[in-house]
Amino acid sequence: MLTLADVHTHYAKSHVLHGISLEVQPGEVVGLLGRNGVGKSTTLKSIMGLVRPSQGRITFEGRDITGMASHKVAHLGIAYVPEDRRIFKLLTVMENLRTGLDRPGLAETRRKELLDKVYESFPVLGERKSQLGGTLSGGEQQMLAIARAMMLEPKIILLDEPTEGLMPRMVSQIRDIIGRLHRDGVAILLVEQDVGLTLGASSRCYIMEKGLMRHHGPSAALKADPSVIHQYMGV
Amino acid sequence: MASQTNHKFWISFLVVVAALAVAPLGIPEFWRKFLTEILIWGLLAMSSDILIGYTGMVSFGHSAFFGLGLYGAAAALLVLRSPNLWIALAVGLAAAAVVAVFVAYFATRLRDIYFAITTLVFSQIFYVIIFTWTDVTGGENGLYFSQPPFTIPGIFSARFSTVTLHWFVLAIVALSYLALRRITQSPFGMVLQSIRENEPRTRAIGYHVERYKIVAVLLSGLFAGLAGTLYAIQHRFAAPDFVFFTVSGEVVIFNVMGGMGTLVGPVVGAAFFLLLREGLSRFWTEYYLIPLGIAFTMMVIFMPQGLLGFLKRRVNQ
Amino acid sequence: MFEQILVQTVNGLVNGMVLALVASGLTLIFGIMDVVNFAHGDLVMLGGFTGAVTVAQTGNFWLGLLVASLTIAVFGALLQLSTLRPLIGRDPLTTIIATFGISLVLQKYALWQFGPTARNIPQPIPGQFELFYLQYPWYRLGAAVLAGAIIGALYLFLKFGKYGIWIRATTQDRVMASAMGIPVPLVHTAVFAIGAAMAAASGVLFAPLAAVTQNMGFEFTLRAFIVVVVGGMGNLGGSILAALFISLLEAYASLVVSPSQAVIVSFVALILTLLFRPTGLFVPTPK
Repeated sequence: MLTLADVHTHYAKSHVLHGISLEVQPGEVVGLLGRNGVGKSTTLKSIMGLVRPSQGRITFEGRDITGMASHKVAHLGIAYVPEDRRIFKLLTVMENLRTGLDRPGLAETRRKELLDKVYESFPVLGERKSQLGGTLSGGEQQMLAIARAMMLEPKIILLDEPTEGLMPRMVSQIRDIIGRLHRDGVAILLVEQDVGLTLGASSRCYIMEKGLMRHHGPSAALKADPSVIHQYMGV
Repeated sequence: MASQTNHKFWISFLVVVAALAVAPLGIPEFWRKFLTEILIWGLLAMSSDILIGYTGMVSFGHSAFFGLGLYGAAAALLVLRSPNLWIALAVGLAAAAVVAVFVAYFATRLRDIYFAITTLVFSQIFYVIIFTWTDVTGGENGLYFSQPPFTIPGIFSARFSTVTLHWFVLAIVALSYLALRRITQSPFGMVLQSIRENEPRTRAIGYHVERYKIVAVLLSGLFAGLAGTLYAIQHRFAAPDFVFFTVSGEVVIFNVMGGMGTLVGPVVGAAFFLLLREGLSRFWTEYYLIPLGIAFTMMVIFMPQGLLGFLKRRVNQ
Repeated sequence: MFEQILVQTVNGLVNGMVLALVASGLTLIFGIMDVVNFAHGDLVMLGGFTGAVTVAQTGNFWLGLLVASLTIAVFGALLQLSTLRPLIGRDPLTTIIATFGISLVLQKYALWQFGPTARNIPQPIPGQFELFYLQYPWYRLGAAVLAGAIIGALYLFLKFGKYGIWIRATTQDRVMASAMGIPVPLVHTAVFAIGAAMAAASGVLFAPLAAVTQNMGFEFTLRAFIVVVVGGMGNLGGSILAALFISLLEAYASLVVSPSQAVIVSFVALILTLLFRPTGLFVPTPK
């Protein structure tokens, strides 16, 4: 469904991605691991059109989306939850959700369904519906960022380090959400530092190092043989 | 290699100066004065290039420096019983320097847009003061004064003719160009350009960016004031119009059209603009600004390196 | 003396409201796309002329207001598409120079299109009332109320309208707004059009108070810049308060000095703001 072929990306004068290839099938949860600064976030940004690859191709459902404008990428069914959450701090929770919900062609009933589902998965957001996004705690903002992406009813969600800086209780909530999304048939490309969570949630994993894809294999195998993880992540 | 380019530079420079010196001899009176005026505006454009082109600080306040040089010289020429060329120059420069100090202060505290707007406001403050303080400045009607003779104290004194004044202005502008060129090619000039490229990095390397900015503003202001003083001497007339924003705007146009950060570019831009204005306004009177404005805006978008940059590219191809 | 101060207070508030209308368009545009629109005052001027022509032809002030706003809105959108969109990503100083070029063209175009004579619009609300020692035109109050109504409508639109959320989201974080599927380039053009429409409307409101001339734009642009900086760039509420503040200052100052000198007060206010509270006088100090 989503394919990256030999993608090179430059970011602020440095050559960050040196030929990244990966793919995600419909409904799959795929992990992307690697140390800090190897280019995991840049990979997601390249897919989303936030940075333009200098070389290579990105295809989604057969369509070439390399360098496509972000809003068009979003319309095709790719949602993005960035590393620093980046919820709209001066909009209320409800308004944040509406940025994804206010789509042409979305029936009123479906709107209600989506909202109910989100409030069910994240009751906290329901409580704080009219509060400004900036007043939420870090964990709540993460919930909101994911909920907001879900409003787009995407085919794949690009999750960038969702558990960073969160308390263990929140982390398990994230784990549950990922599971729930997977059950709903949404594919996920999960960038994480938390190796355990990633291996548990995903069926396959890629490992990056210095802008290159170094390893790729089933998560079960990586779990069974931790030496590969050690090699590339020093964990 | 360096001395070869140096040779080339000096040869072309001397050729241009010689051409400009000889030119007025063969053309009608109106065009002689026009040529002198082009030189003066060229000097103003060069002064602005220091700020805009080299340091990356867009200023809309050059009309203040120019205007105060103008009125400063006017004051000197009016007040003294026997108007003196050198005193007029000195007073004009001093007046411009005072303004430059103020602007320099703001330069260190404000960045980009805020600096640009502040310089604009500054020149408007002077405009309003000059416009309304009619007792001192003659207000709207301006000041008329006489042209001082060229004097070498104790030795020589002679009135200027159109041609000799032209040579005097040419000499000053040429010397100013050489001075500015020296400065921009010196380590100091390199730091200025580094500030334009990446100010935080320049600061991080250890340069005291504020000090460089202050000097850049002072230099720019002084040479702009010099241009104003020369204008006063040539035209014997000062009016608030010269302190109005339009002058600053035109200077920016010279810079952009000619090519920022090249010193020569803005002079070319000034010449180009003034000639175009003179030519077009014969057909279209005031409306010349419509095609010119459109051309200017297009250049900002598509040819940000200006005419000179564009020509350089062509020549290199 | 006290009466004079009260009269000037009313004057200041009236002028302030019209200025607020101009400034809110400018700050909206700046807040969302980092464009300092040097030609904003000229949009006011064009609006004034368009309105004057419409009123002269139809005799209807409200029609003039509507036609001017819509025409200039469309014009603004075209302007943004042709000259400002190519400049996205370049530094803001380039846009200020580009809009300066546009300003020159607009001024001379107005001269060409509308001629050198100043235009006037007769006051739609006739009559005067007694304000202390003066006969004060009703229209002045009417203009202030209208300006306030338009700004109020803008506020409501931004707060509660569907597209209001788009605009606010894009203003806060244009990258994430785009990632959420919001068509940011379209939003930019729309906001510029809205800002242009507001400028045009203020031109029409202003016209019955004084004449519309081809070079009045610069004064408006300059004042609007000052208001936007003093109010905090991108801050809508701040620019309204700042507009009132600046206009009141100028009104009081013109009791002491001549009106053309009173303008220095706003210059000084700008400089002091930049020196001591550069984020804006009416913005809470950032932490």
